[in-house]
Amino acid sequence: MIIKEKILTLKRELIEFASLAERMIEDSISGLLKKDGQLLKVVIDQHEPKANKFEIEIDETCVGLIAQYQPKVKELRTILMAMQMNNDLERIGDHAVNIAESSLFLIARPAVKPLIDIPRMAELSINMLKESLRAFTDEDTELARNVCERDNDVDALGEQVLRELITFMSADTNTIERSLHLLRISRNLERIGDLSTNICEDTIYISEGVVIKHHAE
Amino acid sequence: MNKTILKTEKLSAFFGKEKVLKDIDISFPEKKVTAIMGPSGCGKTTLIRCINRMHELIAGATITGKVYLKEENISDLNPILVRRKIGMVFQRPNPFPTMSIYENVIAGYKLNGLRLPKDDLNIIVEDSLKKSALWDEVKDILHRKGSFLSGGQQQRLCIARALAMKPEVILLDEPTSALDPKATSRIEELIVELKDTVTILIVTHNTAQAARVSDFTAFMYLGELIEFGDTQKMFIAPDNTKTEEYLTGKFG
Amino acid sequence: MGNTRFRIAANKIFQGIVVFLSFIIIVPLFLIILHIVINGISAINWDFLVSLPAPVGEEGGGIANAIVGTFIIILISSIMAVPVGVLTGIFLYEYRTSKLAEVVRICVEVLMGVPSIVLGIVGYLWIVLTFGSFSALSGGVALAIMMLPVIIRSTEETLGLIPDTLREASLALGVPYYRTIIKVIVPAGFSGIMTGILLSVARIAGETAPLLFTSFGNPFMNLNIFKPTETLPHMIYIYATSPYKEWHTAAWGASFILVVFLFALNFITKILARR
Repeated sequence: MIIKEKILTLKRELIEFASLAERMIEDSISGLLKKDGQLLKVVIDQHEPKANKFEIEIDETCVGLIAQYQPKVKELRTILMAMQMNNDLERIGDHAVNIAESSLFLIARPAVKPLIDIPRMAELSINMLKESLRAFTDEDTELARNVCERDNDVDALGEQVLRELITFMSADTNTIERSLHLLRISRNLERIGDLSTNICEDTIYISEGVVIKHHAE
Repeated sequence: MNKTILKTEKLSAFFGKEKVLKDIDISFPEKKVTAIMGPSGCGKTTLIRCINRMHELIAGATITGKVYLKEENISDLNPILVRRKIGMVFQRPNPFPTMSIYENVIAGYKLNGLRLPKDDLNIIVEDSLKKSALWDEVKDILHRKGSFLSGGQQQRLCIARALAMKPEVILLDEPTSALDPKATSRIEELIVELKDTVTILIVTHNTAQAARVSDFTAFMYLGELIEFGDTQKMFIAPDNTKTEEYLTGKFG
Repeated sequence: MGNTRFRIAANKIFQGIVVFLSFIIIVPLFLIILHIVINGISAINWDFLVSLPAPVGEEGGGIANAIVGTFIIILISSIMAVPVGVLTGIFLYEYRTSKLAEVVRICVEVLMGVPSIVLGIVGYLWIVLTFGSFSALSGGVALAIMMLPVIIRSTEETLGLIPDTLREASLALGVPYYRTIIKVIVPAGFSGIMTGILLSVARIAGETAPLLFTSFGNPFMNLNIFKPTETLPHMIYIYATSPYKEWHTAAWGASFILVVFLFALNFITKILARR
């Protein structure tokens, strides 16, 4: 069947896009930790335009598939969710760019505190993204549900970072600008976690036709 | 860039005094599937019958304007020759009832008295039946009469018969209207596979089918060409409001 | 309620009438055949079939010359009528809308209504007078004219039943018109055309009137088509109206043979029609 092949191609494109998004997050955090300004610039100047291109192309492909093939049931769900995931991946890319921009600011200045929680959050978020993509590829709804739960851990860490930074900012007003950038990075990592959760919810919808958005399990 | 293999220039057709095709200008791209869609009576069947000069079989049918096959005006060519280069498959499967499956495939040669060595004929039969996805189902019963096959198989036999003449273009006149859904989707898959071999023009009143199988679509209404273009574009955002109305079922 | 019972009763009565009338049709046919068989079968033996008629008063004799004569004349008329008839039928089919076709069709209808004896006279005028003697040929001509309308009609009808799609399929393959007719349409209508031909033969096999002044009759075996020839129907006529008892028996025997021949023809026609 013609449409089956085209959906497989679509899935492959999405996974390629997702790999790029992963790379963007990894590189921005890496750039922050290693104080590598070049790497951060690559994320902003090269990866981001590529991500945008992916988004536009995948969007066009999905609209074309719907127009030409009137997909039904699972095929329809797959294509519609692919469009959602496409958007989410683009936003993940945007968040990675935000992280890179704030990192550029921070690496040029002395550190406010040793970075522990933020790298920890990054590791969790990146893993969530990786696993949500695996769940999508393998149509593994158990894994998808598992990943959704881990979002709580990311949020908890985010809370911790906030409290810590409030303490710093109250103690010394010179640290406010740097702290706010650190906070921005933390918020963006939290959002990446949320978006990965979306991807898992979409995967479950494709496989089971069940909507578990907003934790309506 | 798509190369044009078939072109009409201000093609108009008349049944007696009635003008049924009005100044049609289309360039059909080579090795692509072009669908011609429109409501009943829009002239789509008339159009393709002008292309292989089958309109000449209807009393009182005349045309003005030109049709070019690869730069040659088909009116200058012998109609027999035109029909060998431009094959046709009809709405109702019509294998020759007195001939076997084998004979049906090479009917174009046999009936024309074109003699070929037996080995060549065998190759043509196998090749054509393979191309029309029928070989596996009939390779052991080639001597049986064609009328024993199911509707879908008969239609694929007719496609093989047309392919055996090694045409440049094949005209399909609503080829799946008389078939069940399974046979229909078989043939749609076949059409997409075949376009590497031969240019295909398919007339259909089923817009979903036009969307599924074609690369380009022509929309006709009341004898006029309303719009012609890339299929995806036409089904997502056509230029002409009439096209949009037709596709959303406002008429036809 | 009374209405329903009346209706049921009326239905049964009607059914009864229909069945009864059908029987009435079959009974005479059955009786005729029975009569012929009873009276004719006593005359049938090998001798009867292969020997010539004996002179009056003598025992024995047969109808060999009539059997052969009948076959010869049927052959002659078929050779003349079949090609002309089939081709005319094809013409009427292919050019059905032309003025000429209209004219031809009217002629065929008129021909069908011409009494057979008149055709016999025609045969007399055209052939007998021209060649100077009664002949199998003239008989063949008269019968051929009788066969024509049947063959033409059934050919045209058979071809008309062939769907247009077949013609289109052939033409779309680049096959010229004449080849399409010869190699696709006619073969497709073959059994129908054959049936028409056999029916026309059955029609003329028993005709007597046209033969009265064309083939005329001959007590001897004759294989020369330009000379008078005996035929079964004619012989039956002569023998049945004679005063000789042996000849009556022979007439029954000849009738029997003729009926068997006609049955066989009809039987073959039915088998062909089934194809």
